[in-house]
Amino acid sequence: MRYLPLTPDDRQAMLARIGAPDVDTLFRDVPKAALAPLAKFDLPDTQGELEVERALSKLAARNVAAGSAPFFCGAGAYKHHVPSAVDHLIQRSEFLTSYTPYQPEIAQGTLQYLFEFQTQVALLTGMEVANASLYDGSTATAEAVLMAQRITKRGKAILSGGLHPHYAETVETVASLAGAVSRTPVTPGSAEDIIGLIDEDTACVVVQSPDVFGLIRNLRPIADAAHAKGALLIAVVTEIVSLGLLEPPGAQGADIVAAEGQSIGNGLNFGGPYVGLFATREKFLRQMPGRLCGETVDAEGRRGFVLTLSTREQHIRREKATSNICTNSGLCCLAFTIHLSLLGEEGLTRLARINHAKASALAGKLAGLPGVELVTDAFFNEFTIRLPKPTAPLVEALAAKGVIAGVPASRLLPREASAANLLILAATETNTDDDFAALIDALKGVI
Amino acid sequence: MSMNNQGRPSGAGEAFPASIATISGDRGLDHEESLIFELDHGAVGVDLPDVKVGDNRLGGMRRKGRVGLPGLSEPEVIRHYVRLSRMNYAIDSGLYPLGSCTMKHNPRLNEKMARLPGFGDLHPLAPQSTTQGALELISQLMTWLTRLTGMPAVAMSPKAGAHGELCGLLAIRAAIAARGEDRKRILVPESAHGTNPATAAFAGFTVDEVPAKPNGHVDAEALKAKLGPDVAAIMLTNPNTCGLFEGEIIEIAKAVHEAGAYFYCDGANFNAIAGKVRPGDLGIDAMHINLHKTFSTPHGGGGPGAGPVVLSERLAAHAPIPLLVADGAGPKGSFRLIEDMAAAPEGAKPFGRMCAFHGQMGMFVRALTYMLSHGRDGVRQASEDAVLSANYILASLKDVMSAPFGDGPCMHEALFDDSFLEGTGVTTLDFAKAMIDEGYHPMTMYFPLVVHGAMLIEPTESESKASLDRFIHVLHTLATEARAKKTERFAGAPHLAPRRRLDETAAARKPVLRWKPDPLKQAAE
Repeated sequence: MRYLPLTPDDRQAMLARIGAPDVDTLFRDVPKAALAPLAKFDLPDTQGELEVERALSKLAARNVAAGSAPFFCGAGAYKHHVPSAVDHLIQRSEFLTSYTPYQPEIAQGTLQYLFEFQTQVALLTGMEVANASLYDGSTATAEAVLMAQRITKRGKAILSGGLHPHYAETVETVASLAGAVSRTPVTPGSAEDIIGLIDEDTACVVVQSPDVFGLIRNLRPIADAAHAKGALLIAVVTEIVSLGLLEPPGAQGADIVAAEGQSIGNGLNFGGPYVGLFATREKFLRQMPGRLCGETVDAEGRRGFVLTLSTREQHIRREKATSNICTNSGLCCLAFTIHLSLLGEEGLTRLARINHAKASALAGKLAGLPGVELVTDAFFNEFTIRLPKPTAPLVEALAAKGVIAGVPASRLLPREASAANLLILAATETNTDDDFAALIDALKGVI
Repeated sequence: MSMNNQGRPSGAGEAFPASIATISGDRGLDHEESLIFELDHGAVGVDLPDVKVGDNRLGGMRRKGRVGLPGLSEPEVIRHYVRLSRMNYAIDSGLYPLGSCTMKHNPRLNEKMARLPGFGDLHPLAPQSTTQGALELISQLMTWLTRLTGMPAVAMSPKAGAHGELCGLLAIRAAIAARGEDRKRILVPESAHGTNPATAAFAGFTVDEVPAKPNGHVDAEALKAKLGPDVAAIMLTNPNTCGLFEGEIIEIAKAVHEAGAYFYCDGANFNAIAGKVRPGDLGIDAMHINLHKTFSTPHGGGGPGAGPVVLSERLAAHAPIPLLVADGAGPKGSFRLIEDMAAAPEGAKPFGRMCAFHGQMGMFVRALTYMLSHGRDGVRQASEDAVLSANYILASLKDVMSAPFGDGPCMHEALFDDSFLEGTGVTTLDFAKAMIDEGYHPMTMYFPLVVHGAMLIEPTESESKASLDRFIHVLHTLATEARAKKTERFAGAPHLAPRRRLDETAAARKPVLRWKPDPLKQAAE
């Protein structure tokens, strides 16, 4: 087996040193009945690289990659161009095959990029501090709600109907253990009245902007109303590129920002791994979940970085930890931070404007089609249209014609009758005029 | 002898004293590197057109200020991150004996496969007719996981080990609720990973610690005595964190089930027994599998991981959405994702959703590639080699280091305590840091908590005998020197790493968690 260096002779020599006649002697604590012969595993045997590559490639070929068709899916995962340098750098052995930086003297590379990542996330979101990432945007949102419940010592969480339904379900699954979680009605293309629901028992309100239908929300009035009642505003961002053009949540009074960072540096990967961004105010620092990297000095006075405030974390605090999280999204953070370094201020701003311009152009074209109604009037790179018929079968029909037309709202909200005819479309810098023409042509044929 | 560029042979010359400061601050191949923010000079590393956009579709929410990001060109960005990378230790560059963390070789075929456009560039909500290859891959991985564990079901979406623990406990919680019972207590051995009690508390349970016996095994009698009508589950790691197989596991499982509770197994150490022992045969109800340990998806400096959870018949119905099912309506062999709780098939009662979308697909591709490459025989051989290598280290070092649990064989990791350092003035920390100067990453220190000054060594199956022999020689010599009170190597080690020991106390007392612009420089601008 090509990955196993020990030869049969090596194994014999090692057994001799140990003083064991065979390897099964080393498994002597395992009850005899539980030692399974190889035949008990109904699975194939070792294969060479060529055979494995062939098998996997065959599976991959049965999927339609985003880059191989006119493609308009968003709804929490976005197709962006990732510069070649990013993937090259994250595959360097020293990044790819290192562990969590528990030995800082020989992990300054990882620690320094985490420090840079935390800074970038704080800057982008307009917040004071950020952690070294969580799993993804949805789990970051759930952690944010739990954190708000801890800070306010209240249980009630109010989720906007514009929050991505997968995020809402993730929050409900974990946060309902600590208090009541409710969702406001879904109001595609407009803001619901969430302010009226905030009361003295409310721990937090959770509002996504741009929301799942693409609508840009004004968070300031919600933040003010929440603060007046002693509640926190959690702002959710699923398309982080939007913050190159839009006012960041921190400038609108958000107390915690939970975001998905996939759009910068990371591929679509059929939903994961992604990178959860998590930022907050300095005063809430000690209630924050997840790893944190901090600056310090070494014994010779040189600047260096370490994991810090770990007394919040499970490996020290055990059942009293702020979260059970251990693994984060290290390599995805690295991809994020390299891509954002390549973009810089100018590149990010331009990228964001191109995205908005593409989506605006597409929305304009679609709104001109008979039977198509533009539901979202203020958006970044994603918007929702209403069609005269259910969009789920229509999207499958268009896929058969080679156009991936977007996400039917009913896929996310299957029990919401008003969602049946809605289609959520994203346009990014990767879309061309030809893509737009193909979509318009294909749509004309089915509506 | 090397040649200089005039063709003249260069001699070895005089040694350059380590104490002489260089002009640049760098030392040969060891470069210092500024923060990316300090390298800002208004350049740009991408070429994008300058498109103007109006305000009419922005809802009045256009950004008013700058983000504050630095501007660098591509060569500068590449040099920055390459220099940072060179300050890291990695499994590719050396033996990485971190116990419990399983730093095994990461095959590059896995990386290549994950980057096939059909996987890497596939949208999670693309029409399901266009993602059948991905669904088939998940199905194949599920088959591997259920057959290797002898368990009937698996929940694929958890994003890491601790997330898998949460998934398992939420399934247990749902199963207890479905029985109309209320059980709040979870038994956790004191040797457990910190995530176990943290997860139990996170999932709304109270934690009750079970002591370990002097031989490193869980005290099965104490555990049984703690069982009762309010006990929801036990969380047991097997092989345990002392590197020992819990031989009484089948009786423990029986007692747990008789008390109406569930058996959660922390699968962090599955790599010792994969292809040898099926957890399903031991009476386990739920176990997460760290794909980033046992199945070698790279650790990436702390993630991403993946933590699918295998479930017994008693828990299978409560697996979270999404559920992957065969699509009877589609072409033969097609699959469908059920993403709505209310649309769950007959008998299924999902407890909820762990995360958006369908889990760590990128890790699934890597793990399946690993499995297909190894095959069942290779998986079994890997477990045997991991156990053999750990025992080889234990047998080779126990004369100079102290093994707390006597002469018996260990599983995939060798545990030592610090009694061999008694009276030397050298601590476990000093010993570990001295390993850095010798070119090794230290072992796991001070864990498990049940052993004083613990040193947990996990060599994995990826080391050659020559590599193990060299490692043993270094540790043997270090231990011998320490015991002889020759302590100069240990005092203040490491001396030869990119940094000396770092002041962690200062970092925690006055946290600096981000770069901030120099206020004077900002004012000048």
